[in-house]
Amino acid sequence: MAGEAEQLRLRSQLSRLRGLPLLRGAKLSGELERLQKQLDRVVSEPSDEEIWRSVELARNPDRPYTLDYVERLLDDWFELHGDQHHGDDAALVAGIGRFHGRTVVLVGNQKGRDVKERTRRNFGMAYPEGYGKAMRAMELADRHGFPLLSLIDIPGAYPGVTAEQHGQGGAIARSQALMARLRVPIVACVIGEGGSGGAIATALADRVLMQENSIYTVISPEGCAAILWRDAGEARKAAAAFKPDAAHCLELGVIDAIVPEPESGAHADPDHAAQLLGDALAESLELLESQSGDELRRQRRVRFRTIGNIPATR
Amino acid sequence: MSERIDVSIEHRHAPPEDGRRHPNTCPKCGSHYRDDELAEHLNVCPQCGHHFPVHARERIKQLADPDSFVEEAAELRSDDPLAFFDLRPYTERLAEAELSTGLGEAMVIGHAAIEDKPCQLAVMEFGFMGGSMGRVVGEKFARACEGAAERGAPLVSVTTTGGARMQEGILSLMQLPKTVCAVEDLRDAGGTLISVMAHPTTAGVLASFASLGDVLVAEPGALLSFTGPRVVQQTTREKLPEDFGLAESNFRYGHVDAIVPRPELRPALGRLLRLFADGR
Repeated sequence: MAGEAEQLRLRSQLSRLRGLPLLRGAKLSGELERLQKQLDRVVSEPSDEEIWRSVELARNPDRPYTLDYVERLLDDWFELHGDQHHGDDAALVAGIGRFHGRTVVLVGNQKGRDVKERTRRNFGMAYPEGYGKAMRAMELADRHGFPLLSLIDIPGAYPGVTAEQHGQGGAIARSQALMARLRVPIVACVIGEGGSGGAIATALADRVLMQENSIYTVISPEGCAAILWRDAGEARKAAAAFKPDAAHCLELGVIDAIVPEPESGAHADPDHAAQLLGDALAESLELLESQSGDELRRQRRVRFRTIGNIPATR
Repeated sequence: MSERIDVSIEHRHAPPEDGRRHPNTCPKCGSHYRDDELAEHLNVCPQCGHHFPVHARERIKQLADPDSFVEEAAELRSDDPLAFFDLRPYTERLAEAELSTGLGEAMVIGHAAIEDKPCQLAVMEFGFMGGSMGRVVGEKFARACEGAAERGAPLVSVTTTGGARMQEGILSLMQLPKTVCAVEDLRDAGGTLISVMAHPTTAGVLASFASLGDVLVAEPGALLSFTGPRVVQQTTREKLPEDFGLAESNFRYGHVDAIVPRPELRPALGRLLRLFADGR
């Protein structure tokens, strides 16, 4: 448990957070009370244990994945396959569907449920081909004026020989560059692991959300521990140090709102989790609706230009 | 086949492991040089052509016309947004890096001329915490893009980096989209980015602005991979090709436009700057 002074600091932090427009999207959901209860819990107790709990829940093998949400939130889903150059990466899905009555394009990382599917989907770790497919879907969205939804759940872009030969770094860079150019509304939500470059490749959005028990990291806790502590076993310490949980990401201004999950986590009640996610996505889209394509694009770039500004440039 | 035999002979005389080797001893052929000898050869081994690292200030001296470089945003310093503490506090690492490099951060920006053509420069320093990109590096790069747009001069970036700076947590990951957005703004303003990738250019920097140049140039032997060979080996247990992730491999697979040896870099940049200027 945090000490008294720490608690005081956190409480004032929370009251400041409540006053910020950042939470507007969540407030509109009618889930305010619930969210604040959860925020109270998470923000007032960001103990190392709580942070690690987020890491574990984010990786829970029963957690709903992208296609579980697609099934519950989108009608007339038509999945698109292939990057039209090399192949079809099953670790990243893309498609067209109807969300709250309008056509949208959705891209999302996809892990597998059983051993066979996990292997086929490469544990959700995308190759450059996956980002190629995502970019194709994004261009389609832009051409037709369909809003873009992006669900993020990736341990990291795949670290393999072929992935490098096919240009993993360049693919991640170009996917972001394309998102910075789109003239349609983009809403991204981290629904599990937001693992580093592999995640940011599809997260350059107008509104960025995180589910309550998801994590967003620059490097995996194990990777960070291996480098800085020279011992991958120190992952808990690393996670505590770099604070990948939703509450901290909100506080740092990296995300715009936290999407609440059912009491014991999204895996406990996928239907309810989907409903809460759907509400948050719909509200975020609504917030962006009135803006022109050029304005969206301009604001999106300003958003990322000013995230985490260093003190001297504030 | 004869090449193979050469390699084995080379290895028999291989210099000691990296940790014990003197920085002026060539890791490839074992030749040793005085500082002034190396500097005279642009830090390229006259014996075997191995490219030694180049500090940011030295790189600027090598590339820019004499006395043309004017530094910008030199006053920016990182703070410690997460109060990050691993085996040592982040603030201590920052202070130490500044002391040992004489630089405020891992990137130096400013405007200059190369072969009489004006340009903006953004040059990284590997000696400053592995050339890692935190908020100040991201900010400096973004300002370099803005400076290039305002002056209507191409931006030349020279990267040498291990990627994002872990000690700034998720905020360091945010430097990827930040620098990408800066490049897109520069493009919209009709500007040019020439990306020179030196050893190593990996992870978060390769996955952002370094890969977005209008022209992508690599130095010979530079490691340009999103994931480094050690991690790939550990994770996949695949046998790595000998030239895994190197500039030469990237060239073969079509990810860089040219591999330019250091002595030819300044003339090559001069040629590109003239070409882009004449097209305006």
